[in-house]
Amino acid sequence: MAKIKMTKKSTSTDMTAMCDVAFLLLTFFILTATAKVPEALPVDTPQSTVSTKLPDKDLATLTIGKEKVFFDLKGKKVRIRTLELMSEKYGVEFSDEDKDKFGKMEGFGVPIQSLKQIIDLNPADRNKAVQPGIPKDSLDNQLADWIRNARVATAEERDADLQIAIKGDANEQYPTIRKVMDILQDQKINTFSLVTGLRKQ
Amino acid sequence: MAELNTGDGGGGKGGKVRSKKQNSKVDLTAMVDLAFLLITFFMLTTTLSKPQSMSLGLPDKDDNPELNKEQKVDENRTMTILLGENNKLIRYVGFVTKPIEGGAPKDFAYGKDGIRKELLDRKEKVFQYTGNKDKGMIVIIKPSKKSKYRNLVDILDEMAIVGVPTYAIVNDFTPEETKLLGGDANTVPTATTVPNP
Repeated sequence: MAKIKMTKKSTSTDMTAMCDVAFLLLTFFILTATAKVPEALPVDTPQSTVSTKLPDKDLATLTIGKEKVFFDLKGKKVRIRTLELMSEKYGVEFSDEDKDKFGKMEGFGVPIQSLKQIIDLNPADRNKAVQPGIPKDSLDNQLADWIRNARVATAEERDADLQIAIKGDANEQYPTIRKVMDILQDQKINTFSLVTGLRKQ
Repeated sequence: MAELNTGDGGGGKGGKVRSKKQNSKVDLTAMVDLAFLLITFFMLTTTLSKPQSMSLGLPDKDDNPELNKEQKVDENRTMTILLGENNKLIRYVGFVTKPIEGGAPKDFAYGKDGIRKELLDRKEKVFQYTGNKDKGMIVIIKPSKKSKYRNLVDILDEMAIVGVPTYAIVNDFTPEETKLLGGDANTVPTATTVPNP
């Protein structure tokens, strides 16, 4: 009787190709991911079960916390155009370099008269600087002008409607939020988003 | 590809030294594991970090009183929710002075066992009353000056969960409503439902 010789097969597979693919994907995701920018005004958003995502362009975010309002706008071109419109209205001059820096900046919360000082700071110091919030009372309603000019700039540059999101601190008193909603409603903005965290259920 | 030359270079002696043939393959399993772990991490963080948002539509505000006509609605369909300080919540159905049966002003807690049960219950009752799908419950949310933004978002969230067809945020308070919220402001609100005497 002839003995049948079992061929010994190797159990290890060649992982090289798989490794290549995995690292290619990894590189892709690392490069496309955007680093989280530190916020000028950190807020603790309330939670909700609604899971609609915010749009990532043509969006203005009004961050409300400690009775202060900060303004942030997406898109460099739109930001620069908004700043130009604002500087025309308030007669505050900004150089081209300032405008470029403003285009890359995050949210801010200062009156336009002292905006230049914030622009001049380097990004690391900006969030440390004490920002008093954008004036929003009836005598000096810069917030309304920022929103209006941002809408004009969005329409000009991107031919789109500006979406407004309110990012309020959970412990903020309702009158402050109402004040901001009233400013929006005065401009006939009746639809906007409230930024919330995800509630675990 | 992934090969390592591990042959020893110590062949200085005259005789032919036969170097031991070593396995040149490196086990890449661990490396692949790590790579996929990182991929998963980056994929999840890029999509999850986008903030959630709740869209809110408010009615047109017009200072012209002619355009701002008062709308009459059936009191059997309206529930008013008053938001007070310290997470206080009072609801009544119908008029505050003349609530409909079972709808007297009453304290409720936020969340699943509190106001949501009541909303679902009332929604069903309103549906039975009207018998028309288009004429559902109307909820009027009245946040007081001392209420927190969290309270407003919580109640709007309940509206979305329960599926209330019509709801509005109203800022005007009648004296009776102010009294309801301010009347027993000294009592500490509890998590459970407190029946109103």
